Amino acid sequence: MIQAILVFNNHGKPRLVRFYQQEIQQQIVRETFHLVLKRDDNICNFLEGGSLIGGSDYKLIYRHYATLYFVFCVDSSESELGILDLIQVFVETLDKCFENVCELDLIFHMDKVHYILQEVVMGGMVLETNMNEIVAQIEAQNRLEKSEVTPRWA
Amino acid sequence: MSDIVEKTLTALPGLFLQNQSVGGPAGVKTSFSSRLGGLVRGITALTSKHEEEKLIQQELSNLKATVSAPTTTLRMMKECMVRLIYCEMLGYDASFGYIHAIKLAQQGNLLEKRVGYLAVSLFLHENHELLLLLVNTVVKDLQSTNLVEVCMALTIVSQIFPREMIPAVLPLIEDKLQHSKEIIRRKAVLALYKFHLIAPNQVQHIHIKFRKALCDRDVGVMAASLHIYFRMIKENSSGYKDLTGSFVTILKQVVGGKLPVDFNYHSVPAPWIQIQLLRILGLLGKDDQRTSELMYDVLDESLRRAELNHNVTYAILFECVHTVYSIYPKSELLEKAAKCIGKFVLSPKINLKYLGLKALTYVIQQDPTLALQHQMTIIECLDHPDPIIKRETLELLYRITNAQNITVIVQKMLEYLHQSKEEYIIVNLVGKIADILVLNTVDTYAPDNAWFIQTMNAVFSVGGDVMHPDIPNNFMRLLAEGFDDETEDQQLRLYAVQSYLTLLDVENVFYPQKFLQVMSWVLGEYYYLLDKDTPEEVLTKLYKLLMNDSVSSETKAWLIAAVTKLTSQAHSSNIVERLIQEFTISLDTCMRQHAFELKHLRENVELMKSLLPVDKSCEDMVVDASLSFLDGFVAEELSQGAAPYKPHHQRQEEKLSQEKVLNFEPYGLSFSSSGFTGRQSPAGISLGSDISGNSAETGMKETNSLKLEGIKKLWGKEGYLPKKEGKTGDETEALPVPQESIIMENVDQAVTKKDQCQVLTQSKEEKEKQLLASSLFVGLGSESTINLLGKADTVSHKFRRKPKVKETKSGETTSAHSMTCSYFSSSSNATYEDDYYLDALQDRGDKELNKFSLNSELLDSESLTELPSVEKLSNCKLSSSPSLFTDNNMEGFHPSQSTAPSVAPETSLASSLLEETSEHMHSELVEVCHNETISVSSYKIWKDDCLFIVWSVSNKSGLELKSANLEIAPAENFKVRQ
Repeated sequence: MIQAILVFNNHGKPRLVRFYQQEIQQQIVRETFHLVLKRDDNICNFLEGGSLIGGSDYKLIYRHYATLYFVFCVDSSESELGILDLIQVFVETLDKCFENVCELDLIFHMDKVHYILQEVVMGGMVLETNMNEIVAQIEAQNRLEKSEVTPRWA
Repeated sequence: MSDIVEKTLTALPGLFLQNQSVGGPAGVKTSFSSRLGGLVRGITALTSKHEEEKLIQQELSNLKATVSAPTTTLRMMKECMVRLIYCEMLGYDASFGYIHAIKLAQQGNLLEKRVGYLAVSLFLHENHELLLLLVNTVVKDLQSTNLVEVCMALTIVSQIFPREMIPAVLPLIEDKLQHSKEIIRRKAVLALYKFHLIAPNQVQHIHIKFRKALCDRDVGVMAASLHIYFRMIKENSSGYKDLTGSFVTILKQVVGGKLPVDFNYHSVPAPWIQIQLLRILGLLGKDDQRTSELMYDVLDESLRRAELNHNVTYAILFECVHTVYSIYPKSELLEKAAKCIGKFVLSPKINLKYLGLKALTYVIQQDPTLALQHQMTIIECLDHPDPIIKRETLELLYRITNAQNITVIVQKMLEYLHQSKEEYIIVNLVGKIADILVLNTVDTYAPDNAWFIQTMNAVFSVGGDVMHPDIPNNFMRLLAEGFDDETEDQQLRLYAVQSYLTLLDVENVFYPQKFLQVMSWVLGEYYYLLDKDTPEEVLTKLYKLLMNDSVSSETKAWLIAAVTKLTSQAHSSNIVERLIQEFTISLDTCMRQHAFELKHLRENVELMKSLLPVDKSCEDMVVDASLSFLDGFVAEELSQGAAPYKPHHQRQEEKLSQEKVLNFEPYGLSFSSSGFTGRQSPAGISLGSDISGNSAETGMKETNSLKLEGIKKLWGKEGYLPKKEGKTGDETEALPVPQESIIMENVDQAVTKKDQCQVLTQSKEEKEKQLLASSLFVGLGSESTINLLGKADTVSHKFRRKPKVKETKSGETTSAHSMTCSYFSSSSNATYEDDYYLDALQDRGDKELNKFSLNSELLDSESLTELPSVEKLSNCKLSSSPSLFTDNNMEGFHPSQSTAPSVAPETSLASSLLEETSEHMHSELVEVCHNETISVSSYKIWKDDCLFIVWSVSNKSGLELKSANLEIAPAENFKVRQ
């Protein structure tokens, strides 16, 4: 189960914060920033959160892309490497949807990023890992946005 | 960095244009959407946190005015919501907008609804009261014919939904399981999973529908249902054994590449589904041979198919290894899995190394030889720059601690402890060191007093204030209760006292409060051991601490208690007088109380001595709890008209009865956590009769807390507890035999390797590592070649805490003893006992003598015919024990065993291992002493949180023994008398 998903930039500014079991907890967000920011790029991508979120059963799995850190906080029922690749899927999907995604896309289209995330992870569970499928769902929603009528597949 | 900036710059105009284009022709909308941009730009331009705060507060007050204005359209509201989400994300309170988010979800069109739902799911938590207002909207949207609305409703339900309201939407979501669109089915499954998590009793009746979802023609729906099954099997694996076949079939199909190509990720077929399936199989096959046999093939195929071309294949491999080691073992698979672990551990990629260490930690108890194979890598990881890797390595070492390597491992842990800053790590590590040392176990490996006390000093100084309170308490109890040997105990105490005195001598050092408390207790209790005339010296030190402002008042209470104890031993002391003077006027009432007590006690030396006896901290004091000595006084007072004493509760009752005006007690909550009150929901949707049919079960399942019953305890204090349940002999045997050959090979390899190493000229560093390795991994696997009797054994038994172990474990140990003894008195050569039957007991001292087989009666004729081969094998000390109890499917392993070199051919040890040993981590059988007729051997079993010492006494002469006495003498470990 995924407990929280955090995205922030190299300066620790939050770009996407999503908690699944509780409301947003700034304390956790801040501590996670500090934990992750001080780690080099050439050491492992797993971190034990400790007392941070729910105790030692939880760990932070993160990836660093250019200016952004993507951090997933998961419990022991998730596979570490699996999550690492899930982050990759998420980022690649963002890239497809925004065409060369950069930090600004995440800032100005925060809501859209959330919608994309909703198609990947729903309520803390991995919903879809098939990139084409995710993009198809998002495109269907985009069409809805453009025409503001019922989408084709409805 | 520059290319990112460049990219950002080039993207900017496009973004702004895009914003405007999204805004479209409607002028209002454009202005609103650019306001988010404006806000973001404004924040980015700011330099200080304070300015940001000001800007956002201003923004929030603007937003507050806008959202509450009646003229605000839903479209404007939508833009406001996005900005509110942004502010909330930055950590500012936007609670005024929550109700508007719900309103937006209720009233808006599709797009506005989407923003509304998003805002709700980000703003609110599960128990938020406003959430109830959302229920009707969700119900409406679930019934909508528009798929997007249904999708949004299902999403919000799975993110956040009030538990009491589940019945209102449950039938609707159940219907969605039959929906023609797979995305809807998939989301419905996940929504039901969410319900299963927060209120398991309410979805019990639809378990059959989950099965349907598992067989769904759409892979995505099937994958979603795996989440539920993983959870349910984790809670109760026995209930789903019948599904093993289905899971195996699905995994076979996935591994075989039968899924649509869409599901491939880097040309690996559906890796996430594979991972999930492997985890499920691991849970199902645990301790269940029959179920495990079903999955051997597919696991083998998974291991084979996983070609290491991408990160994600490693993820699958890791799960495979985990599963192979979780289920009922099969030697070929174990071998392959062990090789895979090698790939992880030796990988240059740091993530894989981390997982390799994790896997090693997991399997180490089942197969300690693996640690030997990778010892050099483990040593390297100890000095790894990544603290996470380091910690994982220490975790691994923690699992393999034994008497020989304890000093090295603890030293490594202390080094790491000194480097770490994070509280969580310190707490964790301190707990582990303490655990290794002594405090949570009954037996310690500590080699000597000085080392023990110094290590504890280090632990207290670093972790003092954050450590678990049990640690100092256990330490003090340990000192007080002592071990086997009284003189040894006194020495330990004396050493502690001396070491603390030296520590307190050091100027300008600040010790943690907990450490000071321990010191003051020890000094108070055991200072007399120093045999000084007056405790003046230590009193001065304690006085200095008492006057120190940085010492907490709790610690001061400990200090003054120590002073009080010491005063009872001293006749008169200026310092005590000064102290009393200081503290009888102290502002701290507690200290003042203590000072007065001390003052009065000093006036009555006899009383003081009887109140504070020397070295009696473990003994109970006889106290007259009824205060009978006051009876005369009470009677006198009563006769003089004093009011009789009323107990507290009686006074309370009287007070209440006088003040019965207003009832401040809260009325019962209108919504109980029970799912059935939910039926009175405003939605008013009645439930099918199938729910009320479950009423009997609801009581049990009511709580939403973690359910631990039925879940096997996987991890104990010492780590992984392999196969707790397996009680039958044949089940436990499969593992040790193949390991045996590995150990032998390994020993050989190690020896040859060492030879080579000596020939080759090595760099000094390399040699140091080798040295470290040999000190770390001593006593693992290769133990059979090391004579433990000489050094290690005596060391490891030094600190055994006798009284407690014997008391708590007497039931089991004595039964073991009596069993062995009954063997002596009976002339038959087989004994049987229900719980403990000896696996094998062979007398190899005299070749002419008959073999004794304890369980020859148990063995059928078929296994008896195997005995010759056993005889051959039992040259090898270790293998003699499990091999006798073979059943048919074990025959295949015999050849490999007999080829193993005889390690201890001369040994005349009549070894008998209790059957239990193969289930738990246990040490080697060690002969303690022997003569011509009798041999005594011992070994240790670690089980849950205790340690058994099992002594087995065997008869080598073949004569009948009348009786056997065991006497435990302090000077030697054990003596046996006839």
